[in-house]
Amino acid sequence: MNKHVNNVTPEATDLSRRSFLVGTAATGLVLGYAGVGGIGEAVAAPSSFDPSVWYSITPDGLVTVTCGKADMGQHIASTMAQIVAEELGAKWSDMRVQLASNDPKFNDPVLGAQITGGSWSTMMNFDAMSRAGAAGRMALTEAAASAMGVPAGELVVRDSMISHPKSKKSMSFAEIVKSGKATKTFTADELKAIKLKTPDQYTMIGVSVPQLDIPSKTNGTAKYGMDVMLPGMAYGAIVTPPVRFGATVKSVDDGEAKKVPGFIKAVTLDDKTQTTSGWVVAVANTYAAAKKAAGALKISYDGGPNAKLSSESLLDEAKRLQKLDDSGQYFVKDGDPNAAFGTAAKTVEAEYTTSINIHAPMEPMNATAEFKGDILHIYSGNQFATRSGAIAAGAAGIDPKFVVMHQHWLGGGFGRRLDADMMVPAVQAAKAVGKPVKVIYSRENDMTMDFSRPLTYQKIKAGVDGDGKVVALSHDVVSAWPTARWGIPDFLSPSVDKKGPLDSFTVNGSDFFYTVPNHYVRAIKNEMAHNATPSGQLRSVAPGWTFWAVESMIDEIAAATGKDPAQLRISMLDGAGKNDGGAQRLRNTLLAAMGLAGYGTKKLPKGEGMGVACVSSQERATASWTACVAHVAVAPSGAVTVKKLTVATDVGTQVHPDNIRAQVEGAALWGLSLAMYEKATLKDGGIEQRNFDSYTPLRMSQVPEVAVAVIANGEKATGVGEPAVTVVAPAIGNAIFNASGARVRSLPITAEAVKANMKA
Amino acid sequence: MDAANDSPLLWAIREQLQMTGTKFGCGAGLCGACTVHVNGEAVRSCQTMVGDVAGKKITTIEGLSAKGDHPLQKAWVAEQVPQCGYCQSGQIMQAASLLAKNPNPTKEEVTAHMDGNLCRCMTYSRIQKAILRAASEMRTASAGNERRAT
Repeated sequence: MNKHVNNVTPEATDLSRRSFLVGTAATGLVLGYAGVGGIGEAVAAPSSFDPSVWYSITPDGLVTVTCGKADMGQHIASTMAQIVAEELGAKWSDMRVQLASNDPKFNDPVLGAQITGGSWSTMMNFDAMSRAGAAGRMALTEAAASAMGVPAGELVVRDSMISHPKSKKSMSFAEIVKSGKATKTFTADELKAIKLKTPDQYTMIGVSVPQLDIPSKTNGTAKYGMDVMLPGMAYGAIVTPPVRFGATVKSVDDGEAKKVPGFIKAVTLDDKTQTTSGWVVAVANTYAAAKKAAGALKISYDGGPNAKLSSESLLDEAKRLQKLDDSGQYFVKDGDPNAAFGTAAKTVEAEYTTSINIHAPMEPMNATAEFKGDILHIYSGNQFATRSGAIAAGAAGIDPKFVVMHQHWLGGGFGRRLDADMMVPAVQAAKAVGKPVKVIYSRENDMTMDFSRPLTYQKIKAGVDGDGKVVALSHDVVSAWPTARWGIPDFLSPSVDKKGPLDSFTVNGSDFFYTVPNHYVRAIKNEMAHNATPSGQLRSVAPGWTFWAVESMIDEIAAATGKDPAQLRISMLDGAGKNDGGAQRLRNTLLAAMGLAGYGTKKLPKGEGMGVACVSSQERATASWTACVAHVAVAPSGAVTVKKLTVATDVGTQVHPDNIRAQVEGAALWGLSLAMYEKATLKDGGIEQRNFDSYTPLRMSQVPEVAVAVIANGEKATGVGEPAVTVVAPAIGNAIFNASGARVRSLPITAEAVKANMKA
Repeated sequence: MDAANDSPLLWAIREQLQMTGTKFGCGAGLCGACTVHVNGEAVRSCQTMVGDVAGKKITTIEGLSAKGDHPLQKAWVAEQVPQCGYCQSGQIMQAASLLAKNPNPTKEEVTAHMDGNLCRCMTYSRIQKAILRAASEMRTASAGNERRAT
C-alpha cells in the first residue's frame, strides 16, 4: 500500500474519545470505535443515543449500521452490515443501514479519514467491522447468560436469538437490549484478542443476501443529494466559463436576468480554495427560473493563461518532458535498464496514449448549503467528507469544525465525488442570499468542469536477451498529477531517487509482478496539463493507463520474439524475489481466464482473434488479481466488434458473491467503454464535449457477452470495484492485433487507427 | 400545479410536487433518467413542457404501483439490478411502456426499446434479465386471470 493519510483533521485525534463502546442505554445498545487510528481503551457507553458509533441495536431488535464509506452503487453500506451481522449473529432481516456524517469518529479505521476510493473499503474495514460485531455478540451473550442463570459458554447465538439448548431457554436481542443488562466493555487488548470466526464457520460472509438499499432504488424513495428539499430553499444554476481552469470574471450584467420571475441574485464566486475559477451562480426560487436567469446573464471573462491550450499542446508538452533526462522522479528503480539495453539482443520501443476522460455519473454534481447558527450544513453525496468539509469551510471562511456534512446516496461516484467543487457555489450562494441554496450543475457544467482522467503519454522500451528473456524495461509516465492537487502530503509517496514526493496515483500498476531484473519507472508531472485540466481519480485511476501500456508492450515483445503472449506472461510471472506470492496468484488467474475463454483451443474465423491481459490493480500492496481474454472481430474497414470478454479475478474472500459479479461486470464494461467509446478533447482551454451526444458512454446495444469467474481462495478480501476496468483495454488491443495485425497504441481505439495500422 | 407553462415538467414534478423519484440526468433527452408516462407513453420529462401536458395523465415511478410491487419493480429486486440506482426510475418507466404494448418482447426488442436509457454503472445485462423476467411473470399472471375468468 502507498502511505495513506493519517489524521487529516487535527480534531480527529481526540484521544479522550478513542475507545470502543459497548453497553446498553435506555434507547438501545450502541457499539463503535469512537476514535481513529486503531482501537483504544474502553469507556462506558453514553446513556443516550450517540451517533459516533458503527451500529446500534434498538429495543425492537433492529440493528442499524452506520456506514462511514460513500455508497455509490457498490453497496458498501450493505456489505458493512453483512460483516457486522456475521460476527454479531443477527438475522439479515433485522439489519438496517444509515450513512455517516463527517464526524471524525466515523473515519476509516485504517485510513484515518473519510474517503472512499481505491477499492479499499472492504479490505480495510473487514477486521474492524468483524470485531465490532463479535464484541456486540459477547456483550449480549454475557447479559443473556446472567438473565438465564446459565454459563455463557453454553449459549448459541443465531438469527438475533441467544438460546441455551440444554434448558431450551432463549432470549431475543430485542429482549436483552430492553433488559438494559448488556454492559460489558472491552479494552483495546481484549478487542484485539477476540477470536474471530474462521471462514469455515461463516454463515453470512459468502452469501448473496438481498442488498439493503435496492428496494428504495426501485420505487423512487432513495434520497440522493439532488433530492434534498429544505424549507425556504432557493436554487442555484451555475454559469461556467469557456475555459476549464484559470479564467476570471471581468463583469456580470444581470439586466436581462432580473426580468426572469423568481430571480434573486447573481453571485460571482470568490474561491480562495482555488477549486473553481470564473464561476457565477444564478439564484432563483425554482431551478427552472435559475436556469433561465443563468442563460440571461451577460458575463465577460479574462480567459487566463490556459485559454489557448488544446489536447495537442498537452500531448506535445508531455513528449517534450519525456525526452528530458532529468524529468520526473523514479517510482521504481531496479538494476540498470539503460546499461542492459546496450547488451540486449533485441529492443522493442513504443509510445502509448490515453485521452481525457470524463466521469459523467448519472447524477450531475450538486450540493445544498444551509447556515444555521454557527453551523454550516452541507447536504450532498460525497466520497471525501474529510476534505470536502474543509473546502466548504474554506468557501465560507469558517473553521472546518463548524461544518456538518449530511451524506446521501451517490448517483454514481467513480471518483468524481472525491472532489468538492460543488460545495463552493452552494456555500457562497447561501451566504449571499441568506437562505439555504441547492446548486445543481447542468450536464454541460458537469462535463466541461469535470476533474477528468488526465491525458497520458507513456513510453516503454524493453530489452530481450538471446534466449528471448525480458532483461530490461524502462517506462516513463507523463500526466497531470490528480492527487498532488489535493494538497495533502500524506497522499504522496517518496521517490526512489529522493527527488521529492511523487503522485503514485499516476504510476500504480507499473510496479508489476513480472520478473524483470532491470526496471525503472519515471513519474513525470505534466505541469501544463495539471494547470489546464485539473484532474481527478477516475474509476481505476493509474492502472487504467499504466496497464494499457505495460500489457500492450508485453504482447509487442511476444510478437517481436515469436512467442505466445500468454505463455510469455506465465514465464515472467515466476514469483522470484519480491514477486513471490502475487505473481503466482496472477498466473493462476490468467490461466483461469484462458480456460474459461477456451484460449488457444480452437481456430477462429478469419478476422477474429483473442487477446489476453493480466493486472495487479489497484496498488501493489492492495492488489486484486485480474485477467481478461477479449474476443474480437475486425472488419477490413478497421471496425472492431467485441464479441466476448472473459474476466477472472482472485478476490481472496467473497463477502457477497453476487455483488462481486455485478461490480466486476460493471468494471469490465467501464473498461470497454473507455477503450472504445469515450473521448474528451481540450480546445481553446475548454472541454469540447458537453453532453451525452458527444461524450458517449456504452449503451445497452453495445454490451458484449461477459463471462466472469471469481476465485475465492481464502486469502484476505480484496477490492473489486475497479481492477476489471484496467484489464479490458489491453486485452482488446491485443485481440485486435491477433485478429488483424494492427497494433493500436492510443485510447480510445478507433476504426481509423486500426485500419491505418493493418499490414497491407 | 403552480408552474410556468414553458418550464420543464421534470422540475415541476420534483420541486412543486416534491416527488423526487424522477431524476434529472442530462436536460437534453439523451439519457432517459427523467422518463415518466404521459397518458401511458414514456416521455422525457426534461423535454416536456408543463403547458404541453395540461389535462393529461402523468405517471411517475411513485405512481407506477401502489406499494412498489409492479412486476418490473419486483423483478428489479429479484435480479438485484440497481447499483447507484439513480437511472433506475427512468429505466423502469421506460421498460413499463414496452411491456404495456408488448407482453412478450425478445431480448433484441428490449435492447432497442431501452437503448436511449444510459446506466453509468453498466447494469445493462441485469436490466435486460429483469425486463424479461417481469414479462414472463406478467404473462403467467395474465394467463391465470383468464383461466379464473372462464
